[in-house]
Amino acid sequence: MADVTLTIDGREVQAREGSTILDACRRMRIDTPTLCQLDTLTPVNVCRVCVVELEGARVLVPACSRKVEAGMKIRTDSERVRHSRRLVLELLASSVDMSLCSPQVRGWMDRYGAAPGRFGKQVATVAQPVKVDNDLYVRDYSRCILCYKCVEACGVDAQNTFAIGVAGRGFDAHISTEFDVGLPDSACVYCGNCIGVCPTGALMFKSEHDMRAAGTWDESKQTVTETVCPYCGVGCMLELHVQENSIVKVTSPLDHSVTSGHLCVKGRFGFEFVQRRGAKG
Amino acid sequence: MDIRTTGGPATAEEMAAVDGLLGEPQPADHRVVHGGRAMRSQRHLLLPVLHAIQDRAGWVSRGALEYACRRLSIPPAEAYGVVTFYARFAPQERGPVALHVCDDIACMLAGAKVVEGAHGAPCLGLCDRAPATLTERFGEAYEAVQTPAREAARQPGSRLLRRVGVVDPDSIDSYLQHGGFAALKLAREMGPAAVIDEVTRSKLLGRGGAAFPTGRKWQSVADAPVRPHYLVCNADESEPGTFKDRVLMENDPFALVEGMAIAAFATGCEKGYVYVRDEYPLARRRVGEAIAQARERGYVDFEVEVRRGAGAYICGEETALFNSIEGKRGEPRNKPPFPVEAGLFGKPTLPNNVETLVNVLDIVNGEFADTRLFCVSGQVLHSGVYEVAMGTPLRALIDLAGGLLPGRTMRAVLLGGAAGSFITPDQLDVPLSFDGTRAIGATLGSGAVMVFDDTADMRQVLLRIARFFRDESCGQCVPCRVGTARQEEILERMLQSPNGDGRADVMLLSDIAQAMRDASICGLGQTAANAIASGLTQLKVLNG
Amino acid sequence: MFGAGGGTSSYREAEETDLIVLWGSNARETHPIFFHHVLRGVRNGARLIAVDPRRTSSAEWADVWLGIDVGSDIALANAMARVIIYEGLADTNFIAHATTGYEDFARCVEAYTLERAEAETGVPASAIREVALAFGQAPKGMICWTLGITEHHNATDNVLALINLGLLTGKVGRYGCGLNPLRGQNNVQGGGDMGAIPTRLPGFQDLEIPQIHEKFSRAWGGADFPHQKGWHLSEMFEAMERGELRSLYIVGENPARSEADQGRAVRLLSGLDQLVVQDIFLTHTAELADVVLPAAAGWAESEGTVTNSERRVQRVRRALEPPAGARDDVDIICDLAARLGSDFGRPTAEQVWDECRSLSPMHAGMAYRRLEELAGIQWPCPDESHPGTQFLHARLWKDPVEGPLAPFHAVEHDPPVDRLTEEFPIRLTTGRRLDSFNTGVQTNEYTSPLRRGEALVISPEDGARLGIEDGECVRASSRRGSVDVHVRFDHSMRPGLAFMTLHFPDQVATNVLTIDATDPKSGTAEFKASAIRIDRIPASVPSI
Repeated sequence: MADVTLTIDGREVQAREGSTILDACRRMRIDTPTLCQLDTLTPVNVCRVCVVELEGARVLVPACSRKVEAGMKIRTDSERVRHSRRLVLELLASSVDMSLCSPQVRGWMDRYGAAPGRFGKQVATVAQPVKVDNDLYVRDYSRCILCYKCVEACGVDAQNTFAIGVAGRGFDAHISTEFDVGLPDSACVYCGNCIGVCPTGALMFKSEHDMRAAGTWDESKQTVTETVCPYCGVGCMLELHVQENSIVKVTSPLDHSVTSGHLCVKGRFGFEFVQRRGAKG
Repeated sequence: MDIRTTGGPATAEEMAAVDGLLGEPQPADHRVVHGGRAMRSQRHLLLPVLHAIQDRAGWVSRGALEYACRRLSIPPAEAYGVVTFYARFAPQERGPVALHVCDDIACMLAGAKVVEGAHGAPCLGLCDRAPATLTERFGEAYEAVQTPAREAARQPGSRLLRRVGVVDPDSIDSYLQHGGFAALKLAREMGPAAVIDEVTRSKLLGRGGAAFPTGRKWQSVADAPVRPHYLVCNADESEPGTFKDRVLMENDPFALVEGMAIAAFATGCEKGYVYVRDEYPLARRRVGEAIAQARERGYVDFEVEVRRGAGAYICGEETALFNSIEGKRGEPRNKPPFPVEAGLFGKPTLPNNVETLVNVLDIVNGEFADTRLFCVSGQVLHSGVYEVAMGTPLRALIDLAGGLLPGRTMRAVLLGGAAGSFITPDQLDVPLSFDGTRAIGATLGSGAVMVFDDTADMRQVLLRIARFFRDESCGQCVPCRVGTARQEEILERMLQSPNGDGRADVMLLSDIAQAMRDASICGLGQTAANAIASGLTQLKVLNG
Repeated sequence: MFGAGGGTSSYREAEETDLIVLWGSNARETHPIFFHHVLRGVRNGARLIAVDPRRTSSAEWADVWLGIDVGSDIALANAMARVIIYEGLADTNFIAHATTGYEDFARCVEAYTLERAEAETGVPASAIREVALAFGQAPKGMICWTLGITEHHNATDNVLALINLGLLTGKVGRYGCGLNPLRGQNNVQGGGDMGAIPTRLPGFQDLEIPQIHEKFSRAWGGADFPHQKGWHLSEMFEAMERGELRSLYIVGENPARSEADQGRAVRLLSGLDQLVVQDIFLTHTAELADVVLPAAAGWAESEGTVTNSERRVQRVRRALEPPAGARDDVDIICDLAARLGSDFGRPTAEQVWDECRSLSPMHAGMAYRRLEELAGIQWPCPDESHPGTQFLHARLWKDPVEGPLAPFHAVEHDPPVDRLTEEFPIRLTTGRRLDSFNTGVQTNEYTSPLRRGEALVISPEDGARLGIEDGECVRASSRRGSVDVHVRFDHSMRPGLAFMTLHFPDQVATNVLTIDATDPKSGTAEFKASAIRIDRIPASVPSI
């Protein structure tokens, strides 16, 4: 692929044809907020927090999915850009519990001066009880920003099980199994790849959920160790999150060539045996 | 695809409805099964199958959905997402009759009330006979009836409407007697390139609302190297206050078929679709029958299918419409890529509005007059579709519709439907052209002209528009999904307590509006604040 | 494969190939993350062909599924080869350039007409021909298999039959082509590579080659160790039967539950003079032991490496403190050596690995530091500047070929040992499910919402024929024994075929039924093919 030249914030930059504006911004170390974007997933460009101003375009364009073109003139910090990013963060935070988002997200909120409270108190939110319907993971959709990542990971971008989709429409759109049945009645195969991509803590290991409820979840006491799954011969890289000599969560590195961050039910949840040794077999 | 279904079985009736459309299922072969891509390619039949189920049973049960999913190789959670996207599909059991009462602006002005047991509906496209309803009777002999029923009136001197009320819409012979298919014959003699040249030279702009040069679009599709090419007639006319395409399809369906045949010929489309909104059962039937008759006589030599919407304004957006035909939720796609390169099924696609395609006949015949259809409704004497030359002053159009009711004074005109904006009485001389309206910050849009006199409760009108967008937002992008909800909440709060902090709320609305306009994926979100903003600033609804 | 015991391709290649054959592999459930790569390939346009007696969840993704009779793989492969030859699809240049034994092979497959293959496999001739053509015509293609190929009395011949297809069409040694056994445990590949095979020393080096023996002997301070190959697992049990093998040291295996014909296995293990078991659990095998050595879990409580099915050597690390008394395998072995009078010192895992690298050329470049940096390295990696090897046997395309030519092997169809008769008319095949692993020692410790316990899975047709209900407890009997088990009807099964797993040996001892007919070369037993009968349990017998 050839390189194209474009201008971002007044600086000329070379970018590989077929790459995105976001790729170019990252190479220039321009911190661009993203919520629905993940390198391992197809861009859905729905959160709109990464929008930038493209000269000649009527509206702002999503950096995460818009491909670079020669001669593009882009501004990533114009008043229009700052306004839309601020509003997106405010609109989300006014309707969703974003308290478990990464510190990075809180940084963006500060940078753009997001004040979600300004829409008033009597506004619609997605608050609802946590769905606890199995022993492996819980779904707290009051934390869901509808970034579609879990749907993509459950679907074409990884697992291809399609146990969940987006149901409903407009503000009532939500992530759902068929007919909103509980996971044990659904097509879910408990790979937990949805948890792996969830940016808000809406999807969580039950172990983490229970520890948070008990007040014992303490990331400062946790270590993360990379090792290889003990099961089949595919060789999936695991990240074991360990607190007080107990595995509390399992993830996989996004950039690992075998897994791309994805695991199966055994690799994700099948670790109990190692910490429950008894006479068995 | 390994599909897991965990619900109960479908009823015999539901299975019969699905099998009626797809054919009887093959008995399981224990030795060889061909699946994979071939199976998954049936996804596009999902909406027709859901309609078949619901027409028969009145709703879509889990068993029925799973049966359909197994037959079409679609995961049930995805199909459920589709069912719940479209307002018309009911995932809960209900009785054998569904009554949809239009409670949108024109019908609201005409005193519409949603009675108990009925479903309130956004604009049914029957504003010329407001208040209007649509009644569905489910069962083996499904029927959908629009009321009140009314035959279209002849419009002497018109061009696009010249056969309306004149030809028998059920008869190809009647159409032929009135010069039908002459343009197609001529086009075939001219050849594709010459036809596209004529369309380009005519400077015809698309009549769906976006006003894109039609010739340019045709040329792009004709030039696209990827095959096949698709023609998609956008007959999902859902902009509140718009019903011109319905009038054309109900009364002159062969003209649309002829327009499509010319377009397909000129741009090399192997397959065409007419996507008709669910609220237009008569139009759907007549276009379907017209296609069949025209095919029988050899006027249609490519594959054309009528597809039925399912209650989603957003599907009027072309990429959302493609997704809908493909059996998905009607979520718009980000552009680029544009439809002419990657549209329906990812192939080069020519999306054209009904009125646009009908215009092509006159262009090919050398009789193009650049007239435009307007749907005049609301508080005028004779609501209806009127054809006037581009540039006609708005005041003259309203006069054509008989003007205001006796004793009333003009309060406002909503130009371009819910996505348009309000015009004040002192702006009535605006010429109805793309440039003329743009000069006063308005838009022709889809040709909806809704008139309000001094008795109209403009606060309720604004609220209805805000609710419309909240209801019709697809929910995909944040600015529109949450923005339309906040817009309605804030507006409601302002209108309910005029003593509240009005200025801060106006600022909030303006902030939301700017983000929706700048950062939404599609035109719905980008225009969802227009009418409200113009209502607050131009009409000063709050102050009166 | 032709002197290298590993899969020839990388997972990544499955994403960019034209055709993938899953032969005797339900990767969807048993190698789920490899199947992600397959699915990416399918999305990118690859055709997927599944060969499996059951229509598994993997097969449901396939463009074509062939439901062959258990154990008829060679008949199918040979018939495909014959079609490929007759249709002129054989890569004659490659065959002439890089292979030996083609003439014998061609003579052998000549007898496998489509008619004969249909009779042996149960699959229609037309489908066999279709798949043969697809494989022959695909520019790139790979064959992946698992225990469906290797758990047979003629496992090695089965594998050779698949290799023949790869050689015949030149689908090896090129990107996107290959022959890939998917390994069942995280270090099956690494175990073999490290010499846990009777004929091999670390680095897959042949024990019986004097220079190699001498190299190791010198490195190990002149240690004397056998010059001839030892016994594989099945031969060990035979030696126990003969009384030749009296003392056994088992590390991390549970043969008391995992061996075919479990009754015999337990009897022989119990009859040993001395049994030492080193394991992380007190398994059923450990319960039979005289001495149990509690071990740390290799993947989470100790340091080291494992090797996956694409030959990627990766680090395992200690994340947890092992339970009190459990020790690292290396420590235990070194201590044991000391007690036996040989000082191995107290090496770290890295020191052991560096010693291995000094003796095994294919691992020589894999310093721990590099394994970390590159997130694993695929062997062969001869030096520390080498990036590792994405696919094997590119050498076969060099001119002249580097190293030995690749041999064809003429192999003949040989049906399963446990014949179907009137008394035992049903073919039982065994396998695994997504959420469980082998004998369940590890996986039964977590609560899988998918788990439904052991069952005898049969077709609803057989259920009806035998007069049994779905869920009923029945008695399944083979020539070796009986178990009581609940039946589960499944449409993926055809009449005459039954399926069980070995995940819940305490609930249902599936291996009481299986036959220990063993492949003489690989030592694997024919778990995939037993003959059973299914009887209703008289009402007087309490159901389990």
